[in-house]
Amino acid sequence: MPMKIGTGEFKERVDKGIHNSFMRGAVAGAQERLRTRRLEAAEELGNWEEWRALGEEIRKHTLENLDYYLWQLSENVAKRGGHVFFAQTAEEANEYIRDVVVKKNAKKIVKSKSMVTEEINLNPVLEAAGCEVIETDLGEYILQIDDHDPPSHIVAPALHKNKEQIRDVFKAKLNYKKTENPEELALHARHTLRQAYLTADVGITGCNFAIAESGSITLVTNEGNADLVTALPKTQITVMGMERIVPTFEEMEVLVSLLTRSAVGQKLTSYITVLTGPRDQGDVDGPEEFHLVIVDNGRSNILGTEFQSVLQCIRCAACVNVCPVYRHIGGHSYGSIYSGPIGAVLSPLLGGYDDYKELPYASTLCAACTEACPVKIPLHELLHKHRQVIVEREGKAPISEKLAMKAFGLGAASSALYKLGSKLAPSAMNPFTVNNRISNGPGPLKAWTEIREFPAPGKERFRDWFHNRQKGDHQS
Amino acid sequence: MTTGTIHHRDKFLQTIAKKLGRNQRTTGVTRPHWKHQPQWSVFKGFSQDDLIEAFKSQCSRIHTDVVETTADQLAAALKQVVAGYGGGPVVTWDDPRFVEYGLSPLLQEEWPSEKIDVHVWNAAIGQKNIEFAEKANVGITFSDITLAESGTVVLFSSSGKGRTVSFLPQTYVAIVPKSTFVPRMTQAAVFIHERIEKGEPIPSCINFITGPSNSADIEMNLVVGVHGPIKATYIIVKDR
Ligand code: SF4
Repeated sequence: MPMKIGTGEFKERVDKGIHNSFMRGAVAGAQERLRTRRLEAAEELGNWEEWRALGEEIRKHTLENLDYYLWQLSENVAKRGGHVFFAQTAEEANEYIRDVVVKKNAKKIVKSKSMVTEEINLNPVLEAAGCEVIETDLGEYILQIDDHDPPSHIVAPALHKNKEQIRDVFKAKLNYKKTENPEELALHARHTLRQAYLTADVGITGCNFAIAESGSITLVTNEGNADLVTALPKTQITVMGMERIVPTFEEMEVLVSLLTRSAVGQKLTSYITVLTGPRDQGDVDGPEEFHLVIVDNGRSNILGTEFQSVLQCIRCAACVNVCPVYRHIGGHSYGSIYSGPIGAVLSPLLGGYDDYKELPYASTLCAACTEACPVKIPLHELLHKHRQVIVEREGKAPISEKLAMKAFGLGAASSALYKLGSKLAPSAMNPFTVNNRISNGPGPLKAWTEIREFPAPGKERFRDWFHNRQKGDHQS
Repeated sequence: MTTGTIHHRDKFLQTIAKKLGRNQRTTGVTRPHWKHQPQWSVFKGFSQDDLIEAFKSQCSRIHTDVVETTADQLAAALKQVVAGYGGGPVVTWDDPRFVEYGLSPLLQEEWPSEKIDVHVWNAAIGQKNIEFAEKANVGITFSDITLAESGTVVLFSSSGKGRTVSFLPQTYVAIVPKSTFVPRMTQAAVFIHERIEKGEPIPSCINFITGPSNSADIEMNLVVGVHGPIKATYIIVKDR
């Protein structure tokens, strides 16, 4: 999947999103759960602001010295017998990975979730080289077998699908015979994927944080799929965006704590795995050969600019989970694998304004994203900066703010409304809870009142969530 | 160990330095003293017993059973947990602690006499270990470091301590000595960092495991046991 997803114009994508009632309900429910869990996890710590300040300090220092830490990383990977390839472009990265795979005569490749391999569109390259490529993260796997349906959320990629749809995909593609019960579906995937791990020639992973001092990579999952992807195949290839690095284990620890709390409200996810080089001599499991591919693909152009802080991002999706616009239009509307506020800032920088000039307008500038970000990226200010650049460069906005609001089905008055809402108690952020003003709205608010006819599943789901929540700390 | 290769580094890093408006740095960068260090205040001043209490309450939130025992009762406790999971086959690490904690009779005589297959990781037979682990019902390891805050066991791999013992079997049991408890991941990270500073090699795989495998990818419903174990138990040894 390339970074750019979907074909329609921005407005069409948004329309489609707004009129997909399951998706809207699922998004609202998921946002609610994840946001509440994050707030609770933060509250539990008591000094969340200090944690954020530390996260920001670490990320800023690392970016300021990025060349140094990448140098140190590559030296240490090589010392442990691993190979490092610095790829300026997506093509260079893909070519190197393909060469490794071809050299290994690989036929089957298992992958754990990795945004950057989607960004560089790796899978088709490997498939063209004659390989079967299997995504092992359950959400990614579901999307892959459904003819490469694009992801709609950074952390929960199959959020837009309901269990009946997933059952039907399994029936059509996997000869599945059971019900839509999530446990049965997951068990089926477990069996299918077990065989894949055991027979794959190459495992490909992303990287949450590389550790410069030791040449290690850190993988964060709840499923444990990254562990099997790296323990069983003979060759491991890890692909990282060049900014995903920390100086030492001590900073890795802090950022992992920020990531798991912000992404899913867990103190730690079930599996945090730190891998250093290929297997040690005498080890039975783990790869015999390890390759680390470090990808620039437009990132260095962000360094030294007013947008540099976006590279602090640790891909936790906390900003996505508080965004009223994302809630309303869903992930696919962004036309990028990076959705939500982070996507609206990052996609134009990596993919260019031609494709993504509307995205900076997919925001009410309400600042909820900035407040949620665990590494204190001033997201709403960066969105505003994008708009200034677009206006300066193109002489005019691609889409007026008023029109943008309308395109999102928000109505012209809603920008102010959202601003107000998000500053109030969290419940006021739910557009459905301010229904007095909206459901009676005339003219410009028409799009809203249409949508208002749908049941508001957010509340229902919140109750489900709360119920599950009492059962445990896992990603429920 | 043969050194690996590094490709296309110079131009790549020079580009970064140029964008940052300075010359490339390969030395002379030290980490600052971080102004904020909230990680140290978690469970500050807790005794080992306090940490165990915190750990137990966290385990109730991560779908993980906890059994408390003493070293002389450990074999009996382990036997009971494994029976509760439906018996063998069992796979364990080749770790001297199994002997030190008096588990040899259980592994070598009792279980085999009850027709429970036991496989102790054996690097000499290579791939066969993985085949065994894949068929095993229970995987058993010790914890090397235990994190009270998150309910996490930290496992350091080695030739006797295979990575997949904690992943491939249906269920997972970790034996957790009291002496391994620390407040949180911070202390484990510092321990590893100090090893690196001293020039000691670190294991090729360090696992921080917090309960069984799970996923919420289908309509945000929690499903426990997706790729790794479906159930997990920690056995705390309170006098070691
Ligand atoms: S921008 Fe901040 S909140 Fe959004 S994904 Fe990145 S780190 Fe998380």
